[in-house]
Amino acid sequence: MSSAVQQNSTESVAIGTENLSRTYRMGEAEIRALDGVSLQVRGGEFVALLGQSGSGKSSLLNLIAGLDRPTSGSVLVQGHDLEKLSRQDLAKYRLKTVGMVFQSFNLIPSMTVAENVELPLRFAEVDRERRHFICQQALDRVGLGARIRHRPTELSGGEQQRAALARALINQPQILLADEPTGNLDSRTGTEIMNLIREFNESLGMTIVMVTHERALAERYAKRMILLADGKLVDDQINLATANAELTQRGTR
Amino acid sequence: MKAYDVAELAMRNLRESVLRNSLTTIGISVGVASLVAMLALGIGLQKLADRRLEKSGLFDTVIVTSRREIRNFNHEQEGAGPAPAESPSLDETARQNIEHLPNVLEAYPDIRFVTELRYEDKPHLTMVAGLTASAKNNEAFDGMAGSFFSSATAPEVILQKSFAEQLLGQSSRDDQNVKVSDLAKSLLGKQLLMRYAERTAASDSTAGQTASSAAYSVVSREQTLRIIGVCDLDPDSLRQQARARVFLPLEFAENLHVLQPSDLRDTTNVLGGKPTYTTVEVRVKSPKYVPSVEDSIKKMGFNTFSIVDATKNLRQFFAVLDLFLGIFGSLALAVASIGIVNTLVMAILERRREIGIMKAIGASDVDVKGLFFAEAGVMGIFGGAVGVALGWTIGRVINLGANVYLKRQHFPPEQIWFVPWWLVAGAIAFAIVVSLISGLYPASRAARLDPVQALRYE
Repeated sequence: MSSAVQQNSTESVAIGTENLSRTYRMGEAEIRALDGVSLQVRGGEFVALLGQSGSGKSSLLNLIAGLDRPTSGSVLVQGHDLEKLSRQDLAKYRLKTVGMVFQSFNLIPSMTVAENVELPLRFAEVDRERRHFICQQALDRVGLGARIRHRPTELSGGEQQRAALARALINQPQILLADEPTGNLDSRTGTEIMNLIREFNESLGMTIVMVTHERALAERYAKRMILLADGKLVDDQINLATANAELTQRGTR
Repeated sequence: MKAYDVAELAMRNLRESVLRNSLTTIGISVGVASLVAMLALGIGLQKLADRRLEKSGLFDTVIVTSRREIRNFNHEQEGAGPAPAESPSLDETARQNIEHLPNVLEAYPDIRFVTELRYEDKPHLTMVAGLTASAKNNEAFDGMAGSFFSSATAPEVILQKSFAEQLLGQSSRDDQNVKVSDLAKSLLGKQLLMRYAERTAASDSTAGQTASSAAYSVVSREQTLRIIGVCDLDPDSLRQQARARVFLPLEFAENLHVLQPSDLRDTTNVLGGKPTYTTVEVRVKSPKYVPSVEDSIKKMGFNTFSIVDATKNLRQFFAVLDLFLGIFGSLALAVASIGIVNTLVMAILERRREIGIMKAIGASDVDVKGLFFAEAGVMGIFGGAVGVALGWTIGRVINLGANVYLKRQHFPPEQIWFVPWWLVAGAIAFAIVVSLISGLYPASRAARLDPVQALRYE
């Protein structure tokens, strides 16, 4: 099954890694977080990165996000080798090309929800009036109209994650990177957030890479599941459940 | 990020930990205040010295003498210019020419003579001097009782306080605090009889006989004068007025043709019969014009004398004084700058996660650096502004205290403290620069922060 994916992937590769390794030094010991991972993600895919904690899935996500530099190997996103980007260009890449959501939401507590959402627009030097307009649009899209003048701590977890999603969307990136987006949420709000992410994938055509340790969640939403263990890629398969659902949907249409 | 956004975010961050940032800002303010207070004192003292010197007339006065004079003030001048015999004579035409030179306020002949004045039939021998109408505006006459001369030819007289005391039979030694107005009360409107020697042209002199025109006769005269004022001149002043004790209007004094010491010498010279002046005092607009005016007068063929170099030395002294005061004032600012570094480094630790988030969502190193830099700058602006206000207040208090002390010591109040606009602007600018330099290290440290590490940090 994995070979079939590899064959099709050449048409539009959004993310590609080549023999990617990342080692950390912890005092004397050397920890291999990632060990020779090669994979390709096509544009518009919804990929779940599965694995135990310490399997290297978050390290892989950080490398794709351009937050970290690999020890060896390379990351290519939309044809650009991240290794070759300057620090300045890497910041621009994080600003424009990828959006990120985190398990702990990572909203800035001293800013209101609206200010948090429009912060990337400040980095992108967008005018104040235009900023308000885009911000409102993004907030509407995630269904967070009210309480946007409140500080994040005054909102529920689900609302905070909606705000974080709005922030990730605001510069209209083609790739959304999600690190355990439902990890701090109860199952009902978790479902709401996942439905939003699926909607981004389906209606906006965004490429989604989601890190999770919940196999059930991955099976329910992702179209492709990649399993990591000890920094190595151990399994890469099409999620039959979602693939079938899609086929059924197409059939009925 | 746009500059406006950087400033707005910086302000927000500063408000988030308002106590710590206020304390840091107060630290800068104290530094700036000490700098401003010190320099204001230095500048004030310099101004005070300048004022004193200006009052003394030492540095804005050029004394002009004819090269025909036997004695010369400046021996270096003797070698240059026309020979003494060929040089022009210092007469009324020359005086007017000098007065028309640029930057010259006035040029007046130094008319003074020692003569006898009778008051209530008692003779008093003293120095009498002619006084220009412009002397009225001189601050030396501020404390005068009575009025100034009604015209330049009026037979009126103003007395120096010490002479007034002498006329009334009081000794100035008895009581230091005799008031000018008390003396004036018993003297104003009274008559003085002046006895003097008039120089008149010899009666047999005729046109064409130049040799005989140098001859003159001396006639004893009497003139009644009305006392119209009593003044209290600063005995330290080196202006012409202070060196006499009785003053007449200049033109009136001139027309008396009192025998001058130089007239005796004229008998040995061939002269056109016109009276000449021994010396002419030239008042220049400001000490800085003295050299140029002196040069022009020298070109006219006269000798000049002035004291200029002393101000140069004085300025040098004050420049050094200001430098040292500035260094001491800056010490507090240096300490305050360490406070800024400390506050911002603490802020980095506290906002590690926030920096990580900003980098994760697309903030560049420049954005992060700019933010911390702006925070340092804003603290500098506020610290500078508050510091200048504080320094100004401290200066006022010092000035007030000094004046209370001066009053107790029976001295007139003085402004020993001065804040020029450039000090205000300079101090604020300096505070901002120092703050920005202090922000340099924390800002680059924040920019270098590894976002993965920062986000992991809880």
